[in-house]
Amino acid sequence: MSIIQTQNLTKTFDTSVAVDHIKFSVESGEIFGFLGPNGAGKTTTIKMLTTLLYPSEGSASIAGYDILHQRSKVREHIGVVFQEPALDTELTGRENLDFHARMYGLTPEIRKKRIIEVLTLVDLIDKKDVLVKHYSGGMKRRLEISRGLMHSPTVLFLDEPTLGLDAQTRRAIWDYIKTLNKEKRTTIFLTTHYMDEADFLCDRIGIIDHGKIMVIDTVDALKKSVGHDVITLSCSDNVALQHRLEKESWVSNITPHDSFLTVGVERGEEKIPSIFDIARTINIRISSIDVRKPTLDDVFLHYTGRRMREQNTEMPGKKPTKSSGFHLRRSK
Amino acid sequence: MMSQKDLQAIYMLWLRQMKRFLRARSRVLSTIIQPLFFLFILGFGFNIAVFPGMQGSYINFLAPGIIAMAILFSSMFTGVSVLWDKQSGFLQEVLVAPVSRLSIVIGRTLGGATIALFQGFIIMIIALLLGVPIIDTQGLLLTIIIMVLLSFTAVGFGLIIASKMRDFEGFQSIMSLILMPLLFLSSAFYPINSSLPGWLQALSYCNPLFYMIDGIRGSLTGANNVLHPVIDLSIILALCIIIMGLGTYFFNKSEG
Repeated sequence: MSIIQTQNLTKTFDTSVAVDHIKFSVESGEIFGFLGPNGAGKTTTIKMLTTLLYPSEGSASIAGYDILHQRSKVREHIGVVFQEPALDTELTGRENLDFHARMYGLTPEIRKKRIIEVLTLVDLIDKKDVLVKHYSGGMKRRLEISRGLMHSPTVLFLDEPTLGLDAQTRRAIWDYIKTLNKEKRTTIFLTTHYMDEADFLCDRIGIIDHGKIMVIDTVDALKKSVGHDVITLSCSDNVALQHRLEKESWVSNITPHDSFLTVGVERGEEKIPSIFDIARTINIRISSIDVRKPTLDDVFLHYTGRRMREQNTEMPGKKPTKSSGFHLRRSK
Repeated sequence: MMSQKDLQAIYMLWLRQMKRFLRARSRVLSTIIQPLFFLFILGFGFNIAVFPGMQGSYINFLAPGIIAMAILFSSMFTGVSVLWDKQSGFLQEVLVAPVSRLSIVIGRTLGGATIALFQGFIIMIIALLLGVPIIDTQGLLLTIIIMVLLSFTAVGFGLIIASKMRDFEGFQSIMSLILMPLLFLSSAFYPINSSLPGWLQALSYCNPLFYMIDGIRGSLTGANNVLHPVIDLSIILALCIIIMGLGTYFFNKSEG
């Protein structure tokens, strides 16, 4: 069953189109992510789906309720963690959570239990009686996440959930999101511009750029669409080598970048010697070469024609791929 | 009908305002001291001035105006402070909660009204200590009802202003453009029918604050009022319902 469904959802601000006729659906129990750079329209989409903004055009439904005509029904079924801070800084951390719990009608016993639980999770239990205005940026963020997890909504919206957090807290929050999704079957809609986050958390990803969805698919399928392996190389004459390699039948795609080329191939490790041979015949010296499984960064590059950001495209715990130096390894 | 959840939300929004108010000590002080300045300085300054037809001393005339002024400022501040919540982002947290917009408006209004009335009562008690007379308990009761309605109306008015503004840039000009004429044409500081030219008097009768101050004056001190307090009360009640309705409507329409 589709728990979120949008139909040509559009939002225009004055003259600019923030979200442009997007159409997608999220299945019950799924973790669905919007991956895109800042300003791509991710937050605006969330705000429309959570009834904070009126769409300029189109419509959507959450858990079967229309976001335009059944707004309070929609609100009953959702939880939201906003990207910008949405805390009352004149209240303590505990009071902020208590406020939330009561607004969502949690019973006193559950309220107390959950407050302790989520504060422990984000490691703020010692600071619970400190006014939020004395919290650091990271602490505020953690408090906010913990608040979004307090009531158990049908759909949880997370707008850049781990923006500005340290690696350790990120990991803890990822794990909690996974657990929440698995054990309570909470459907999760998240936006992120971290590729490792999308990779780790999401069942399916929509790549969004300039308010348009470029592609939606599972992480694996998206990566496969770029080629089974991606060879990244730099050499003394990128243009010449590109023209030469384009003639080879085993090259499924080749894209030039500032100082390097990416080549989509199958069984990449076997193609490296061939590339060296070809380069030598036309007197080109290869200075670095690397073969790896495609990352979401490659996928983003493929569908939007630009990189989201350099590096940081790998799974956490592994070193990011360097584009310089001589690498002959396969990740995964 | 209000559900249990909505009542809980109203209580929570009220409680939040109480906590915020009590923690901002400077605000507690300034909102009490400012009207006291008016009461003392104007009160003593004009005490020897003679207004034709004024019954009793000037401070008896002035006190109801200052009580109303204190409530007006404080309540409008509460209404407009939705802007703070908008800017700090906290409003989003309130707006996505599964509670009706009406209960959000009610919670905010009750919170603002409680604070405003607290301030109004302090001014009233000080005025009584300065010798301002009360006619009877019925009059006192009517005064309190008018004070409550005044406070609700002013919060509603603040909500309307807040829903029309994105930030604080226009705030100062709106305050001086709206509040100052309202105050000076309200009979708070001087009787309008003996001192103002005819066209300004006519304007005063279009001023909602005039009926509120006239009502408090009539019911509390029983002197110097232009209209019968019950007539004032009916006008105020109608006005309160309209403004609160508009405030709720605009708040409902505004985007988070």
